[in-house]
Amino acid sequence: MSLIRLEPRGQASQAMVYATPLLAVLLTLLSGFVLFLLLGFDPMKALHAFFVDPVSSKRGIGELIVKATPLTLCAIGLAIGFRANVWNIGAEGQLTMGAIVGGGLALAFYGEGGWWLLPLMVIGGAAGGMAWAAIPAYLRLRFNASEILTSLMLTYVALLMLNYLVHGPYRDPDGFAFPESRLFEADAVMPILWAGTRVHLGAALALFAVAAGWVLIARTFIGFQIKVIGLTPAAAGYAGFDQKRVVWLVLLLSGGLAGVAGMGEVAGPIGQITPNVSPGYGFTAIIVAFLGRLHPVGILLAALLMALSFIGGEAAQIAMGLPKAITGVFQGMLLFFLLASDVLIRYRVRFGARRAVA
Amino acid sequence: MNRRTMGKTLLGLAGAAVVALSVGAAAAQDKLKVGFVYVGPISDHGYSYQHDQGRLAVEKTLGDKVSTTYVENVPEGADAERVIEQLAASGHKLIFTTSFGFMNPTLKVAQRYPDVKFEHATGYKRAANVATYSARFYEGRTVVGAIAGKMTKSNVIGYIGSFPIPEVVSGINAFTIALREQNPKAEVRVVWVNSWYDPGKEAEAAKALIDQGADVIVQHTDSPAPIQTAQERGLWSVGQSSDMTRFGPKSHLTAIVDDWNGYYVDRVKAVLDGTWKAVDTWGGFKDKMLFLAPYNPAIPADVVALADTIKADIMSGKRHSFQGPVKDQSGKVVIPEGKSATDEQILKMDWYVEGVQGKVPK
Repeated sequence: MSLIRLEPRGQASQAMVYATPLLAVLLTLLSGFVLFLLLGFDPMKALHAFFVDPVSSKRGIGELIVKATPLTLCAIGLAIGFRANVWNIGAEGQLTMGAIVGGGLALAFYGEGGWWLLPLMVIGGAAGGMAWAAIPAYLRLRFNASEILTSLMLTYVALLMLNYLVHGPYRDPDGFAFPESRLFEADAVMPILWAGTRVHLGAALALFAVAAGWVLIARTFIGFQIKVIGLTPAAAGYAGFDQKRVVWLVLLLSGGLAGVAGMGEVAGPIGQITPNVSPGYGFTAIIVAFLGRLHPVGILLAALLMALSFIGGEAAQIAMGLPKAITGVFQGMLLFFLLASDVLIRYRVRFGARRAVA
Repeated sequence: MNRRTMGKTLLGLAGAAVVALSVGAAAAQDKLKVGFVYVGPISDHGYSYQHDQGRLAVEKTLGDKVSTTYVENVPEGADAERVIEQLAASGHKLIFTTSFGFMNPTLKVAQRYPDVKFEHATGYKRAANVATYSARFYEGRTVVGAIAGKMTKSNVIGYIGSFPIPEVVSGINAFTIALREQNPKAEVRVVWVNSWYDPGKEAEAAKALIDQGADVIVQHTDSPAPIQTAQERGLWSVGQSSDMTRFGPKSHLTAIVDDWNGYYVDRVKAVLDGTWKAVDTWGGFKDKMLFLAPYNPAIPADVVALADTIKADIMSGKRHSFQGPVKDQSGKVVIPEGKSATDEQILKMDWYVEGVQGKVPK
């Protein structure tokens, strides 16, 4: 018999539910302090370079928003799915398809664009992501295939398709055979919302998604169905909720949002289609969704926090020569402390053998 | 659990906690600040590692006048522009961006920072403050091809490619031409791994090629995994970008080593002297931008002599890696007798010469 056991608490403490994110951040900062000290850096200076310097300029705040935009868009959709027990792990692939379709429209109408091109690209991006998410939805409902596996595997198909396209049909005809598309023309580029930064229309779309996601979950009947199906599928069955419809809805929704995120990257900060559209936003969004407690506002804050950890890692590398791996260490510590606190507010640690329970 | 409220507090509190850590900014420096942006980790023992060796050479020779900064593992996407701009905004006056995918981000940032000088490796777009530089890697491939032609017994060479871009395709072609000059029966099989650095995929590719009968493994990817695989199987291999002998001393014939040290020192000096210009530099053996790692002692003396002659002929201009007649896979003469490929033909190369199996992915 083990000496340490976890015993469920009847009710999680409400105060602790509020306090754990703070606790996790504080513990991360504390561990970071010790870590920097051990590495031989001035810990105050290092933490400052990591968390404060990157957002102490207009450009820095802009970059934070640029980085948080695709994370938010993907995570909002994923979280709605996760609430309904639909585990879409393939946002990265849906994002890539959004970039392929949305960006492909920019190339197809190259030289003949107009005001209508960008809206068309947004729709195309969403449609691309939706189409890619529709495959796991169909396979789950028709063959009971796990969407975790199918959506994940389709990610690699999408990435290879992108690779094929940039080496072939999408390739810049004047580009010395290098695997990149032309630079998009002005009609096909997301307008900048904040002069002097790279904050583009995608940020507004992300905010809209946050608001719409909240309304959907908190204020609509379908949102209620999603929550019930997620919490007690049996009850949802007795209530006569159409589970198939919900699976379709949440997968198309998350796929569409990821597609818009991908389209926003190629038409926004990148400005062309390259073999590397996303540095893993679709996967990081899964962490963001859980860090944000599957709540739209929480997701927005979690996306900003994750974005800060990426940008801070770079800034600290430039300013102090800290190793790049520090970024991963900080993200890991934050999640570790958050999850550990979660366990502790729901379970009590008991030492020694089990006592008789009355 | 109350999902709705937990996340809200998370970031606000994080912000508050760190704002309290108010620390003064580092003192301004009078030295010229030089920045380097790498696509891989400096521990890749290949491409990025060699660029970092160049940075260290700058520190060593000009350390009293310059300070250097590097950022490693920078993805070739939306993030590159931010990193480059971050360097420019933090007072770096000369910035080397060392991978092809940084081309457009470099140009975008250069436009906003006209007083900062930029150098982009392996690209083709320049501006008033953007220079480009690359090495004629294909010259090294010619020498290696001749060695492989002499060393192979199975007459099958396995070639691991990263991306089918002209730099890599021209390398395959230069290699194959020299290979078949020594050994007309030999052929080259190519596997593309679609990555510059992926030890797992590179090892798999090496195994697949060996299973197809290859007894020499050549790579245009940056990890030492193919060398290690060849060593395990008791076959030959050729390293890329840096001397990889220590990863497979029995297997490693030689390596085509990039050498940016001289170039970086010269360019930093030019900025210090005020003579820097936005030019294109494409240097080979003659310009000391590449060299071959020490030959494996198992290579017979006559093969070493042959390799040295070819290298000397390339340096003296007596020999060109693509001197006609060069035929494509269909047997059509692309470069006629008495002529050599122009730089433009090499920079745009997207076809295979006779002797390469398969097709260039399009």
